[in-house]
Amino acid sequence: MVNLTINNRKVSVPEGTTILKAAEAAGIKIPTLCFLKDINEIGACRVCCVEIEGKETLVASCNTKAEEGMVIYTNSKKAQYARRMNLQFILSNHDFRCAACLRNGSCELQKVCAEMNINAMPFKTRYEKDDWDKNFPLIRNASKCIKCMRCVQICDKVQSLGIWDIINTGKRTSVGVKDRKKITEADCAVCGQCITHCPTGALHERDDVRKFTDAIHDPKKIVVVQIAPAVRAAWGEGVGLPKELATEKRMAAAVRAMGVDYVFDTNFSADLTIMEEATEFLERFTHRDKYQWPMFTSCCPGWVRFIKTQYPDMVEQLSTAKSPQQMFGAVTKTYFAEKVLRVDPEEIFSVSIMPCTAKKAECNIPTINDAGAGKDVDLVLTTREFDRVLRSELINPQMLDEEEFDSPLGVGSGAAVIFGATGGVMEAALRTAYYSLNGVNPEPDAFKIVRGTEGIKEATVEIAGIPVKAAVASGLGNARELLERIKRGEAEYDFVEIMACPGGCAGGGGQPITEGKEMAGERGSELYALDAKNPLRFSHENPSVIALYDEYLEKPLSHRAHELLHTDHLSWSVTGK
Amino acid sequence: MNRLSVVSNDRVDSVTQKLMKEFSQRIIANPPGVCPIDMQLAFLKVCHAQTCGKCAPCREGLGILEDLLESVLDNTATMETLDLIEHTATNIKNSADCAIGFESARMVLLGFEGFKEDYISHVRDHRCTGTFEQPIPCVTLCPANVDIPGYIALAGAGRCDDAVRLIRKDNPFPTACAFICEHPCEARCRRHMIDDAVNIRGIKRYAVDKAPAGQVPVPACAASTGKKVAIVGGGPSGLTAAYFLQLMGHQTTIFEEKQQLGGMLRYGIPNYRFPRERLQEDIDAILSTGVETKMGVNIGTEEIEALNKEYDAVYIAIGAHTDNKLGLEGEDSENVISAVEMLRRIGDGEYPDFTGKRVIVVGGGNVAMDCARTAVRANAKTVSIVYRRRQDDMTALPAEIEGAIAEGIELVTLKAPLRVEKDAEGKVAALWVQPQIIGPVKGGRPAPRKAQKTEERLECDIILVAIGQAIVSEPFEKAGISTKRGRILANEAGALNRVGMYAGGDCVTGPATVIKAIAAGKVAAANIDEYLGYRHMMSVDVSIPEPLLNDKVPCGRVNLAEKESWARRDNFEGIEYSMSDEEAVQEASRCLRCDRHGCGTLRGGRQEQW
Repeated sequence: MVNLTINNRKVSVPEGTTILKAAEAAGIKIPTLCFLKDINEIGACRVCCVEIEGKETLVASCNTKAEEGMVIYTNSKKAQYARRMNLQFILSNHDFRCAACLRNGSCELQKVCAEMNINAMPFKTRYEKDDWDKNFPLIRNASKCIKCMRCVQICDKVQSLGIWDIINTGKRTSVGVKDRKKITEADCAVCGQCITHCPTGALHERDDVRKFTDAIHDPKKIVVVQIAPAVRAAWGEGVGLPKELATEKRMAAAVRAMGVDYVFDTNFSADLTIMEEATEFLERFTHRDKYQWPMFTSCCPGWVRFIKTQYPDMVEQLSTAKSPQQMFGAVTKTYFAEKVLRVDPEEIFSVSIMPCTAKKAECNIPTINDAGAGKDVDLVLTTREFDRVLRSELINPQMLDEEEFDSPLGVGSGAAVIFGATGGVMEAALRTAYYSLNGVNPEPDAFKIVRGTEGIKEATVEIAGIPVKAAVASGLGNARELLERIKRGEAEYDFVEIMACPGGCAGGGGQPITEGKEMAGERGSELYALDAKNPLRFSHENPSVIALYDEYLEKPLSHRAHELLHTDHLSWSVTGK
Repeated sequence: MNRLSVVSNDRVDSVTQKLMKEFSQRIIANPPGVCPIDMQLAFLKVCHAQTCGKCAPCREGLGILEDLLESVLDNTATMETLDLIEHTATNIKNSADCAIGFESARMVLLGFEGFKEDYISHVRDHRCTGTFEQPIPCVTLCPANVDIPGYIALAGAGRCDDAVRLIRKDNPFPTACAFICEHPCEARCRRHMIDDAVNIRGIKRYAVDKAPAGQVPVPACAASTGKKVAIVGGGPSGLTAAYFLQLMGHQTTIFEEKQQLGGMLRYGIPNYRFPRERLQEDIDAILSTGVETKMGVNIGTEEIEALNKEYDAVYIAIGAHTDNKLGLEGEDSENVISAVEMLRRIGDGEYPDFTGKRVIVVGGGNVAMDCARTAVRANAKTVSIVYRRRQDDMTALPAEIEGAIAEGIELVTLKAPLRVEKDAEGKVAALWVQPQIIGPVKGGRPAPRKAQKTEERLECDIILVAIGQAIVSEPFEKAGISTKRGRILANEAGALNRVGMYAGGDCVTGPATVIKAIAAGKVAAANIDEYLGYRHMMSVDVSIPEPLLNDKVPCGRVNLAEKESWARRDNFEGIEYSMSDEEAVQEASRCLRCDRHGCGTLRGGRQEQW
């Protein structure tokens, strides 16, 4: 233990503790801006500077270790000046017209400035102008960037893609796409992790809210909304709704209150995905020699973009099954339009609410549309955009009673809802694969070994006496590590689930932002709780899915199922070339 | 009113002068990788501030150039702007009245040509070509990218054995580099901005004196791969490659023509600069990884083919060991001795005796200094260095020149050798030289030309020729290996035009520094490992101390002392003293820890492995 004094209070901390953490232990919260634990400890903003007795210069508390006998002041004149003036320096290169910023209210810079009583700006302000492609799902607004470098570090260290680079030097230092590329030419997975770790409005999703509200107010459009599993575990965070009130049924009510025509659940098509993907897996498994191994899941569009640019020779190992979002879109504009509504599918405006930014790119893949009525999914809103609609449309979810999803595409099993957590797709698929091979259901929780937020998980499960080697990775850095192991022959698997975001969709790049805290674990637990209390635990028991096959698709991997629910991952390119 | 007055330095002027001196220190430490155009603009502003204001080109033109450069940086310039910059600068250069103006414009033009790519990149892509790779100045400038802040901190904390282990992660010659590295790492040390560069080599010397390489075990080798690599040449580059390849699990065999290992470290550098027993510490440590050696083997064309067949990869690091000839009449006289030849014999313990002789050394490089100082130790009556340029133009390190002068060596500069005069017995009698005048700069160096003076006769008994070395590349050429101007042609990975064959060190670069040869060996080891189908990563399990929290106030640099000249002139023993503990701790505390402060904490900082 190291003993030191902070603001005249004695504190003991383990060796290696930073001054920032030591102060926290003494009940003193030092403001930070660039600091991101374990990812970005570079002391760049100099807002967390403190004074050490006997030293002329201040030190950054975020990356200076506490030493025995240190006497530290966080409120000396020097430290106070440094905090405030460094914030003003940062503001001098930031477009602080906060009222017109979509991070207004959730901006860390704004919050710290308020806490530090910044009520005047003595310096001239200049900020960078940019020429970003505003059609891309990921937008960088250079005028809001405070050069904290979190985006660079997240993309490097966690996602292993290194899309961002520090460009130029001196006063023109900024962040840009590496190798002098435009974002559209880069290998960006559009995972959105840079967005959820950006302290300001410099990085955000393309805001599609207006297109959504316009569609609602267009009397000629039937607006059909699907809501992804992981959205229900996070949507309340962005509107200040307590966990116990932020239920999935209240979420359904909130979506309906926005004026949409049908409120459906991506859980339905997650079950459908399991039917197709588990069947495909068994088909490959029983014709082992025809395929390269392992088979990879294909429901995460960030992961699909990643494998296409980083491991192009392994793309054919992806399941050909579309993601639940795209299956939903295809079914909406065919089966639902033809058999249920009996309308021209062109009248349907298909919207998805996703925890994800890559989904915005996925629905624009030129070869993804198979319903023959424009785009299968017309518009994707992130959870954050959903929350913004609720706020701007004056919907107070607290006042809403819980409501059911609409039928028939609003029915989902517990196996579907766990798609939102890392390992969930694997678990759901194993449940159904077990049934397919044994003819009886396993214990619903038989495969819970693949749960948990570790980056890479491995398990060998026995199904009908056959060992199936499974692996699960979340976060693209972990995905890369797993793929490298496979390539080097150090690991062999049959079935691998990969999600681009750490913790899976629960930690998705489109989810509400909580500064300094990774929320994926908590949200994932909520999804597992929903699974546990759902009377339906198996995708193959979803009555709507059974009806869909009976009435329309015949069976998994049928000709029509292939047409609508599968896709050719080689038919398009990430950079559009 | 006084008709005249004694001008006193007023306070403003003296402070300005002090600032200018500090400014020049800052320029010396210009961080690698900053935007060159931004720097150019900053220079231009300084130039403009120096303008008296009389003439239009300087007063107005420089400001216009500033605006144009600013527009390039602000992404508002077009390709036409670049033409305008060139025309504007050219006109100022041509029409300004004094150096304040025309030299400013000339510097702009120099930069404009020198980094045109950056100008174009700013116009087209709105950014610099530079990236943030390797932002720690000393590590960046070390060819082998040794973790300098790391080992300085370790030495300062008294963990000299860990310092040696950390150095070895990138360089298996900690001792050699402690004694004779040209320390490019110090050139842009950020400490210059406060006072002066950290004495990096001195701290390394302290580390290897406290924890001699022979007493710090090398890491364990990886499991044997069964692959065999032949290494031609047992100098620093070959030994480095052998060391790392052994650690990676490959079996190496060094084929060395001479009787002992070490290459130029033994056969080029005199003992007084690098005592042989200390060289042996590095070599023994390297050999302890299991390197096989075959001594006294000459590798000709046929042998190359045999090695290529028998081994999985071949690394050629034969160095540059033959002499260059003056090409003068009388050069065949007895007692005209090549530097390479003399130093080679000394390497095997055969010391010359020049008692009573007058010795002339021809050349101005480090080897010339080594020869001259060796001649002094061989008891010569007089020793002179004849050079056709000025002392300032000598390529030898200033410290070497000063050391030579201190030992009583005369520098005879601006004299171009003409011919060697022999006596009746065919022995050297004198060197005839043509006095030179220093003239205009050509290729960045002032060039001498024949002065309007008559030839001079410099009487002497011995002439030592130290005008560079050459490479015996013919046998390799005959084996189908590409060469260029006598050098073996390797790409940046060290690979040759024949698959599985690599080369590096002096035989590729021409005579260069030991650290460059070591770096080439490291690069070759990594690429040979990949070529053999592996990716063994080199790393070391040494925790680096946290940066000291000392205030960064100016403090003098501890220099290494040398023996008094009278005590060193008559023997070949080491001449440099190490630092005391007190000095080492103070000197290490001057390190600004750029690995942990500034952009070293960000991308491109410490390389944990390679």
